[in-house]
Amino acid sequence: MTTKSAGTHVEQAIYVYEGPLRLWHWINAFAIITLVVTGYFIASPLPTVAGEASDHFLLGYIRFAHFAAGYVLIAAFLLRVYWAFVGNEHARQIFLPPVASRHWWGEVWHEIKWYAFATREPKKYIGHNPLATLAMHILFIWGIVFMMITGLALYGEGAGMGSWQYQWFSSWVIPLFGNSQWVHTYHHLGLWLFIVFVTVHIYAAVREDIMSRQSILSTMISGWRTFKDARPADDEHS
Amino acid sequence: MTEIETFYDVLRRQGISRRSFLKFCSLTAASLGLAPELAPQMAYALETKPRTPVLWLHGLECTCCSEAFIRSAHPLASDVILSMISLDYDDTIMAAAGHQAEAIVDEIVEKYKGNYILACEGNPPLNEDGMYCIIGGKPYLDQLKKAASNCKAIISWGSCASWGCVQAARPNPTQAVPIHKVIRDKPIIKVPGCPPIPEVMTAVITYIATFEKLPELDRQGRPKMFYSQRIHDKCYRRPHFDAGQFVEAWDDDSARKGYCLYKMGCKGPTTYNACSTTRWNGGVSFPIQSGHGCIGCSEDGFWDNGGFYNRLTNIHQFGIEANADDIGKTAAGVVGAAVAAHAAVSALKRARDKGGNA
Repeated sequence: MTTKSAGTHVEQAIYVYEGPLRLWHWINAFAIITLVVTGYFIASPLPTVAGEASDHFLLGYIRFAHFAAGYVLIAAFLLRVYWAFVGNEHARQIFLPPVASRHWWGEVWHEIKWYAFATREPKKYIGHNPLATLAMHILFIWGIVFMMITGLALYGEGAGMGSWQYQWFSSWVIPLFGNSQWVHTYHHLGLWLFIVFVTVHIYAAVREDIMSRQSILSTMISGWRTFKDARPADDEHS
Repeated sequence: MTEIETFYDVLRRQGISRRSFLKFCSLTAASLGLAPELAPQMAYALETKPRTPVLWLHGLECTCCSEAFIRSAHPLASDVILSMISLDYDDTIMAAAGHQAEAIVDEIVEKYKGNYILACEGNPPLNEDGMYCIIGGKPYLDQLKKAASNCKAIISWGSCASWGCVQAARPNPTQAVPIHKVIRDKPIIKVPGCPPIPEVMTAVITYIATFEKLPELDRQGRPKMFYSQRIHDKCYRRPHFDAGQFVEAWDDDSARKGYCLYKMGCKGPTTYNACSTTRWNGGVSFPIQSGHGCIGCSEDGFWDNGGFYNRLTNIHQFGIEANADDIGKTAAGVVGAAVAAHAAVSALKRARDKGGNA
């Protein structure tokens, strides 16, 4: 919001992502890598180690790393929700996609056409483009909420019926899914959802950085959005 | 009510000393996880309270619950059946048969209104008006509803009565349903397992007969004292799990060393039961101790949870049965290929556009 002149539009950089938001992004990146790798090895453990059981704690450490990263993810998410209330307008964007707006859905469609090579030029956005907003909201926000709730429910099983994790999560999540094995199964499916998400997310970010009309990668490091042309942005009214 | 003997009366009549009776009370209190000072309370209850009448009905079932029950060691099933409760109807083990036997159900329902326990082994099929299970010429469903009408509480023995078990497995042609789907106005204690652990069965009855109240139940209606932990939580092979030592094939060296059966599909981590604590056959062994993984028989829908040797459930929505790893690897592969192709097209397009501008 450095400069915003109504008619001619001359600004070159806009501060979009505040510090806590960028920190959240990179904490998530490291936590999710840890969770995906350790999660995979919890489901399909490494080959048997030789020697006495008392000499090793391999799966124990892997599970510890998974739980620790999970709690980091949860704590960061709770702070992020807080930041959605107190941060700038961009801090709210992926939590509240304007799904009631026909105009917005039109722009989603335009973005889909841009990805299908059916239009020559993308629109210009200060925040996320509408398709990215939608993908972030559905795949990431709801995906991460699903993984946090099922993850806490599974953790509560080990922590026992007296634990808050069991009482707040396992006690209703397990009957909801039918049994513990279904919760494990869907939590595991979530692992693959995040592998797919990360693949698409990194590809789209790199591609947008090269081919769209605004910066992407450097913005999540510095917070500043820069632009490749001086025409007005399409989401400036928002 | 008073014409029914108390548990103590019956024991004394059978020539059992008071000393043996008190020892029994202490042992049972211990097996129920109760404090030592509750043993006299148990003795007092068994001395003074008339024995609880019990109706034991059999729907669609395989009698494995009864077979397990009669093998209980602490307390002996004979003590429970002959002394602790008044088992008035159980078509599998009673001597009476025919219309006179069936008349007992009607008599108990009227005579001990609100005071008898209904124990259900097996479950009712609903399809074809319940014709898939006929007791004395009438659908079992009718007998169940009649017997449940005045009971104090229902014990759902085994996975059949608790969850549905094999006869309710997909596609469930007879529409067999667990007891709680038919009887909704009575407290129901689920004692799942295929079969449940004998000592768990007798302990549940002992608890109800002694304290005249139901044991504390979890959210799914199982007694917390036996179903609050998973097999995995108390498994004696758990140290091998934490260490990362697994049986990888049934005949490998790890199997001989008794390592964790997790990779062989052991369902201990997803199964709530007391097998790893109380064990079976008087505490001799349990499946994992004999070298085979848990198959999760006390879990809801365990027949529809895929193979006994898979730790993840097969997902039918994808046409063919596929597990989460197959689906995930396929999705990741397809998306990865799509991303690569999209990147290639993007690069070509960009190169062409640049060329056009130049």
